[in-house]
Amino acid sequence: MADINERITDIVGKNDVVLFMKGTPLFPQCGFSSRAVAILDHCGVAFEGVDVLQDMEIRQGIKAYSDWPTIPQLYVKGEFVGGSDIMMEMFEAGELQQMLDDKQVAKA
Amino acid sequence: MDKRDGNPQTGPMTTPLQSEIETRLEQAFSPSRLDVINDSASHRGHAGDDGSGESHFTVVIESAAFAGKGRLERQRMVNRALGDIPGERVHALAIRAFAPGDG
Repeated sequence: MADINERITDIVGKNDVVLFMKGTPLFPQCGFSSRAVAILDHCGVAFEGVDVLQDMEIRQGIKAYSDWPTIPQLYVKGEFVGGSDIMMEMFEAGELQQMLDDKQVAKA
Repeated sequence: MDKRDGNPQTGPMTTPLQSEIETRLEQAFSPSRLDVINDSASHRGHAGDDGSGESHFTVVIESAAFAGKGRLERQRMVNRALGDIPGERVHALAIRAFAPGDG
């Protein structure tokens, strides 16, 4: 398990915005992942999509890593933000856009 | 619970997992408002539909236990109270957690 935690730390450290999701940003395989992609697209930020369906180790490992039972999961600058409900609530309140600005995340 | 009593022919159907979710949340948070909505029918045939009719739920919960807590912590509290249900026994569980007096 140590290896998978290192792998995840590496992924969320190398990319400003990472979405662990089912499917790819172009072809999401789940409504919640699709919604998360749409929100990030709307915010206009570049992000790395990690398809957990293609990687069983990450699919299981990310749940323990984040202490969060479901996919999708959003990380910004190495910090866990939440799943699609939280993303939607933050987006509707303008807080997600604000946070991305504050953290000086690169635009797409 | 009132909504599980009443006329079984006309009342909303409560499924076993829905009842378990309600019971766990009532015990954990003594909520002032609790709606556990089974959305599974609207996701029939989509990814994640396992044919059980209990694959997708929405939880709306209001409890004083959430006062002063952020979004992340509130959802963690709900997930913890639900144990292996979110992500394992239920494909999708949307959670909206409020404290009384939230805007």
